[in-house]
Amino acid sequence: MSLITIIVFDALSYGATLFLLSIGLTVVFGVLRILNISHGGIYALGAYMGTWLALLVLGEKFSPWMTYPALLLGALFIGITVGPIIERVFLRRIYNADMHIQLLLTFSILLILDDAMKLIWGMEPLFVSEPYSLLGSFSVVGILYPWYDFVLVGVSIIFGSLLIWVVRGTSYGKLVVSVINDREVSTAIGINVNLIYTVAFTAGALAAALGGALIAPKIAVVPQFALEVVVLAFAVIAIGGMGSLEGAALGAMIVSFARAIAIHLAPEFDLVAIYLIMILVLAFRPQGLFGEIVVRKI
Amino acid sequence: MNLSAIPRDLLVVSALLILVPLIVPNWILFVMTKSLFMFICVSGVAFMLRGGLLTFGHALFYATGAYTVGFMVKWFGVQELLIVLPLGALTGFIMAALVGLVMARYREVFFAMLNLAFSMILFGALLKFYRVTGGTDGLPTGTPTLLGIEIESDSLSYYYFSLVIVAIVAYVIHRFMASPNGFYLRALHDNEIRIEYSGVSVRQVIYRTYILAGTLGGVSGVLAAFTIGHIVPEDAFWIQSGEFVFVALLGGFGGLAGPLMGSFAFEFMQTYASKYFPLAWQMMMGIVMLLIILFQPGGLWSIYHQILDYFKGDKRGSDDV
Repeated sequence: MSLITIIVFDALSYGATLFLLSIGLTVVFGVLRILNISHGGIYALGAYMGTWLALLVLGEKFSPWMTYPALLLGALFIGITVGPIIERVFLRRIYNADMHIQLLLTFSILLILDDAMKLIWGMEPLFVSEPYSLLGSFSVVGILYPWYDFVLVGVSIIFGSLLIWVVRGTSYGKLVVSVINDREVSTAIGINVNLIYTVAFTAGALAAALGGALIAPKIAVVPQFALEVVVLAFAVIAIGGMGSLEGAALGAMIVSFARAIAIHLAPEFDLVAIYLIMILVLAFRPQGLFGEIVVRKI
Repeated sequence: MNLSAIPRDLLVVSALLILVPLIVPNWILFVMTKSLFMFICVSGVAFMLRGGLLTFGHALFYATGAYTVGFMVKWFGVQELLIVLPLGALTGFIMAALVGLVMARYREVFFAMLNLAFSMILFGALLKFYRVTGGTDGLPTGTPTLLGIEIESDSLSYYYFSLVIVAIVAYVIHRFMASPNGFYLRALHDNEIRIEYSGVSVRQVIYRTYILAGTLGGVSGVLAAFTIGHIVPEDAFWIQSGEFVFVALLGGFGGLAGPLMGSFAFEFMQTYASKYFPLAWQMMMGIVMLLIILFQPGGLWSIYHQILDYFKGDKRGSDDV
């Protein structure tokens, strides 16, 4: 019984971080129809910037509670600068290009970002533990769980609901849905498609940077971090259905449960299990669990 | 066989590949050997790209070939190239024949990502089952033997052995692209439905292409393992696959010349970058890739053609192959 509790708690906290990681990727794919490989880079940038600011705040002898706004500020800065730059400067040129050109362009941005982080912050891991330890912990079946993990779960739920509300419940969301369904007709009826693309990409980047900054206190931010997380995010949104918000949540949960079960029962299989599930899901539902079936156009 | 029927470019390239190693220092010879096995793998990635099939998981086959060497050396002590190389091709073939069954149903982003997932499964397994695979430490491969005679991986004989394999591979690809399957592969990117109208199964076209590319990956992995002398799980990591795609794009994936140019350019770039900018190698790769995508989508091969055309005063532009 206690093993099940442990697995569930582990899966919940890990699932929240996975959700924060992949929600931005699915938003960008949903609107722009581009699988943004540089997403992992923005995530890692958010983590580095947030951690660096938090360490700066601690270094200047501010109260450790100030590390929270520092983390958020770092993420916000990365999201609203890097996002529009990538979209306006690079992606704008390749919306009509072949799929492999789009993928390779975002891949090259990922490579550049990853090395840029190495050059700026060095090869040593960057770590700030205060935000993690300040909130204390509680015990379940004799095992200590930090409250921070459950703040993450809360943040994910709020963030996800907010996005779903914006897309489904506001007039702005209606415009986005219109652009998703038909770009040309949307332009014809006077929607500023370019603006919507920029905003959607920035929202995705912001989500990534925020996810990175929030996960940073749990782990040490290391070089190559970007390259590892981005494939995980792919797995999550491929399972859930690319472009689907609910799909990202479900995908994150499935992956995190698979990983938690594997870690506690057969530790060798943790990485393998995630991608096996992805292949199984795609073999039976190529569009993912919540994805829309794309009709072949002649 | 009529000698004048052989294209002049092919003669020039072959002559260069055969003669240049005789006069260069050892380290350049080593880089050239690396370029050769890179070419074998990249040519497979390149002709898939030609059909619009982008893979971020070709390292699956590369690592399969490399670990075939690792296990043959570890378990059986076999380092004979004439045994291990066909075996690597066979394991690559079997792997591609299995994975291809799933893969032939997918296109575009899904094709790229499912390939990624398969290669990450292999990566995860190689990393975690460390009792068998050596984990992050990897496996040593030792010195290869050819008919029982040891040949060092930075020696001329190893280079020429690789060159013979490259020649065979180039011939196979040439025949493949000249076959009906090759023509359908080129058409695949333009209009898949028309291929089916002509009574051909697109899945079979993709399946055969995939198997050939996978087999080449296996061959390349075997040569790579012996050249580098050590294999690690990162051989299966998706960044390795990304490098293959990068090289294909760098050279241009029109024919065989593109990947060849790309492989040589890549290996020399990497050698100098790791000497002068050890921390910024990926950044350099990214910037070069960005420049190519935005300004020169045909890669180095099309630059070469533009230069030729410029000197001929011919404004028709370049055409592939």
